[in-house]
Amino acid sequence: MAMAIRSFLIFLFILSLTVPTFSLHEDQVGLMDWHQKYIGKVKHAVFQTQKTGRKRVLVSTEENVIASLDLRHGEIFWRHVLGANDAIDGIDTAMTKYAITLSSGGSILRAWNLPDGQMVWECFLQGPSDSKSLLFVPTSSKVDKDNTILVFGKGSLHAVSSIHGEIVWKIDFPSESFEVQEVIQHHDGNTIYVVGFVGSSQFDVYQINAKNGELLKHNSATIDGGFSGEVSLVSTAKLVVLNAARSTLLTISFQRGEISFQKTYISDLVEDFSGMAVILPSKLTGLFAVKTSTATAFISVSSEGKLEVVDKIMHATFISNALSISEDQQAFALVWHSDNEIHLNVKQVHDWNSDLLKERIKLDQQRGLVHKGKVVWSREDGLASIIGVTTSELPVEKEGVSVAKVELNLFEWLKGHMLKVKGSLMLASAEDVAAIQGMRLKSSEKSKMIRDHNGFRKLLIVLTKSGKLFALHTGDGQIVWSLLLNSLRQTEACKNPTGINVFQWQVPHHHAMDENPSVLVVGRCGTGTDALGIFSYIDTYTGKELKYFGLDHSVAQVIPLPLTDSTEQRLHLLIDANGQAHLYPRAPEAVSIFQRELSNIYWYSVEADKGLIKGHGLKSNCAGEAADNYCFGTRELWSIVFPSESEKIISTVTRKSNEVVHTQAKVIADQDVMYKYISKNLLFVATVSPKASGDIGSATPGESQLVVYVVDTVSGRILHRMTHHGSQGPVHAVFSENWIVYHYFNLRAHRYEMTVIEIYDQSRADNKDVLKLVLGKHNLSSPISSYSRPEVTTKSQSYYFTHSIKAIAVTSTAKGITSRHLLIGTIGDQVLAMDKRFFDPRRSVNPTQSEKEEGILPLTDSLPIIPQSYVTHSLKVEGLRGIVTVPAKLESNTLVFTYGVDLFFTRLAPSRTYDSLTEDFSYALLLITIVALVVAIFVTWVLSEKKDLSDKWR
Amino acid sequence: MDKGKAVMGSGRRWAVDFTDNSTTPSSRDIPDPPGFYRASQEQDDSAVTKQKKDAEANWKSQKAWEVAQAPFKNLLMMGFMMWMAGNTVHLFSIGITFSALWQPIGALQGVGKVFEPYKDTLGIWKLNTLGLLPTHVSDWVSSLPPAKEVEYSGGGMPLR
Repeated sequence: MAMAIRSFLIFLFILSLTVPTFSLHEDQVGLMDWHQKYIGKVKHAVFQTQKTGRKRVLVSTEENVIASLDLRHGEIFWRHVLGANDAIDGIDTAMTKYAITLSSGGSILRAWNLPDGQMVWECFLQGPSDSKSLLFVPTSSKVDKDNTILVFGKGSLHAVSSIHGEIVWKIDFPSESFEVQEVIQHHDGNTIYVVGFVGSSQFDVYQINAKNGELLKHNSATIDGGFSGEVSLVSTAKLVVLNAARSTLLTISFQRGEISFQKTYISDLVEDFSGMAVILPSKLTGLFAVKTSTATAFISVSSEGKLEVVDKIMHATFISNALSISEDQQAFALVWHSDNEIHLNVKQVHDWNSDLLKERIKLDQQRGLVHKGKVVWSREDGLASIIGVTTSELPVEKEGVSVAKVELNLFEWLKGHMLKVKGSLMLASAEDVAAIQGMRLKSSEKSKMIRDHNGFRKLLIVLTKSGKLFALHTGDGQIVWSLLLNSLRQTEACKNPTGINVFQWQVPHHHAMDENPSVLVVGRCGTGTDALGIFSYIDTYTGKELKYFGLDHSVAQVIPLPLTDSTEQRLHLLIDANGQAHLYPRAPEAVSIFQRELSNIYWYSVEADKGLIKGHGLKSNCAGEAADNYCFGTRELWSIVFPSESEKIISTVTRKSNEVVHTQAKVIADQDVMYKYISKNLLFVATVSPKASGDIGSATPGESQLVVYVVDTVSGRILHRMTHHGSQGPVHAVFSENWIVYHYFNLRAHRYEMTVIEIYDQSRADNKDVLKLVLGKHNLSSPISSYSRPEVTTKSQSYYFTHSIKAIAVTSTAKGITSRHLLIGTIGDQVLAMDKRFFDPRRSVNPTQSEKEEGILPLTDSLPIIPQSYVTHSLKVEGLRGIVTVPAKLESNTLVFTYGVDLFFTRLAPSRTYDSLTEDFSYALLLITIVALVVAIFVTWVLSEKKDLSDKWR
Repeated sequence: MDKGKAVMGSGRRWAVDFTDNSTTPSSRDIPDPPGFYRASQEQDDSAVTKQKKDAEANWKSQKAWEVAQAPFKNLLMMGFMMWMAGNTVHLFSIGITFSALWQPIGALQGVGKVFEPYKDTLGIWKLNTLGLLPTHVSDWVSSLPPAKEVEYSGGGMPLR
């Protein structure tokens, strides 16, 4: 009894020292998570130079972000992420206090308050047809005068009041195919000219009263030879266009609505001109640029319409719009790149030879601002468009390697711990609390560049759309290195290179400890699946491209195999568009390893547009001209054809190949056992009826149904099939261990639903004899084959769920012992963690006592959303696209990286940190307690000795 | 007065004996101080001795009974505690079970060995009800890793 009490008290003491990490306290924010805000690749920028206040630049990006940035530091003042289908067509400012955006193909016009980014008004524009869209905000001298904003969108011209967002007037042009190229305001401010093309050969000028939209005049002219589409406005009454053959420049004057042409052959201006020319988009007075195959020529236009070449640059060049630098002077910038450098040249519009600035910047995918020849700030906005994520370990600590930049000395360490003790004894003052918080946030531990014992510090290797590879430190999100891949740079042989994904190539741990780990970036030259592939290996410690080369085949699939060679390089199988397999690395050793396993390696292809899933086996060599030792032919083994009139594949999900599962048995109530069917060769397929493949609401419940399958990808066997009547996609699913959780919309209930499927192996279920198990006489650890057709049973259950979701993932830990949490990226761009116990098909309304002890929750019709279980707490990962989980070395912890326009990283402990003390654990308090106890023991011993003595004397 | 009589009636309560009856009178020149009985314990009055012996025997038998009954009481106590602790594995039940297992071992040198086997089995029985004995299938298979797969298959939708 005494012992029990003692142990109980000890446990109580220890429990009182540990802090449960289930939800986050306010002061724990930022301890193990970081959040980075980005905006993406910029499409438009408007410099807004207010007389007072901080200077800003207004930008819109390809990620549909509109943002106001500080011109001095590059910080985001405010930003809004518009929906994925709400692409921004144009931005401008009106009345110096509103930012105007035109989006969704010229149909939505919005005004945002410039200082704080609040939306002021929104206006929906309708028109007869889809067309190019154009935003034109007439300049006005008076600040508060109600300007009208002119918008060409959906085939008509709208004038919108900039104060209230009301449509003042609207013109539908007589010719439906009229494409407005420019809107020009006349000097008096009452008349506007609208110029554009009808078809490819007719040029039209409309003169319109700006006040009421009355059509004053309409002139049109036809040009034989036609136009190529590119336009450069060189003055308020002059346009330069290219003819359809791209060999002749046409200068069009439309003074007072009268149209006159002037033809100039490019070969007269530029010697050795051949082929096609392109007019670079620019808006400079009296100047435009023509790009030919050899150079970029800058041509000035005199008021009489005479063309003259002022300069030629031998590289592809971009030209900025003009920016007023004083009352009558305008400047513009030229940017071109050569030899890993960006050349920036700022010139005055009217004086070509006046270089205001000449600058060379090392090539980088940053957006930055150059001020007086110095880069004032730069932002790594490539990180807003991540296409692939993998991880790499940091180097091991070695002798002589200087580790931390700031090592604390003993005194500071003690001081820190004393502060912590004060904090935990509630003695700390407000300043102390702030100091403790600052210390925890700045902890040099977490951003060290070496591997840690718990495996919390890693490198996240991310590939971005621009072809730049970044290594982010998991501790604080800093960019350790970044590399613009040479392999993904435009060359003669590879015109339009794009990255596909990044894979772990070499993870040295046993044989090749001395080698640095490396990753593989796979890309292709072009956008189609038949474009040739690109390979690139990158050392993750140094961030150097080790080797890169173009492939002689296309890349349709990349299959990392569960095989490695003697240097721990992972074998990869690339399937080309013709269905032939290519083995990498290209070494005889890899081939011999692969040949041994050849008969057991299969691959499958999902052809969603044909409603077809095919399984293939490999042959020892391939046919055709590409035959070499590393090429393997394939043969079709099985195929599943979905009826095209009733089913359309919308989603397929498989297990992560590196997922670790601890046990095959699931212990249920009363020590009974169920055997999980754990196979990596399973594919979850969801199909919907073709009518219901559109948006929610496009089909009635009667005509839409969702069918889900679980397919064995080796034998093509369908293990499970279930139909959800009256349901439709989009389907988001996650597959882990022996279960699948998927999310879809139930049209009958008007609610989202989530369903769980668990697969159990029935053929192993009779292993129930304890004696046999003790003696090892069982077949539980013998290898299993898909061809043995194991008998499986499935259990399934559905629940309502409140949110629509963007992504779903599951936590993964090093040994797979820790219970799993589902990570749900909600429509509100947050990540919600939900215990897998909520998705348990064995839940019932009234669980028995033993089921309760097992941890089964009573069944409810909808899943509870607990606000504390948002792992992103108060933050938003704008434009959330993906969630990646990486196991830490410490079993209880998992690392979660969420990306979209923003990045968010955190560390989770789904079953709390049961295998280590938390970081907040106060060792000093423990030490002090021990010392105090020892002192107390001595004091009481001396006292009792004294008392004994005096008792004896009595 | 009654009290006084009774005291008087029970005979002499105290007396001063000035005779030197020390065992080694020759070694002493100085007489013992008044009220000091040298070796008064040894000079047993036969009646007193008998009385004392009786009391001692009584006390001894009482103690013996206590010792004899102690394991049984312990057993009851332990049974009660185990019943109170319930059958779920948590801190208290573990502590109690382990104390139940430890006590018989600790008391091996002691007396009352008759009840020891019962006590031991009680601890084991408790362990079993707590599910801490490996007597179920689940105890033997829960650490078995998933079986290896012969085939490997990869692929999916064509990369975009």
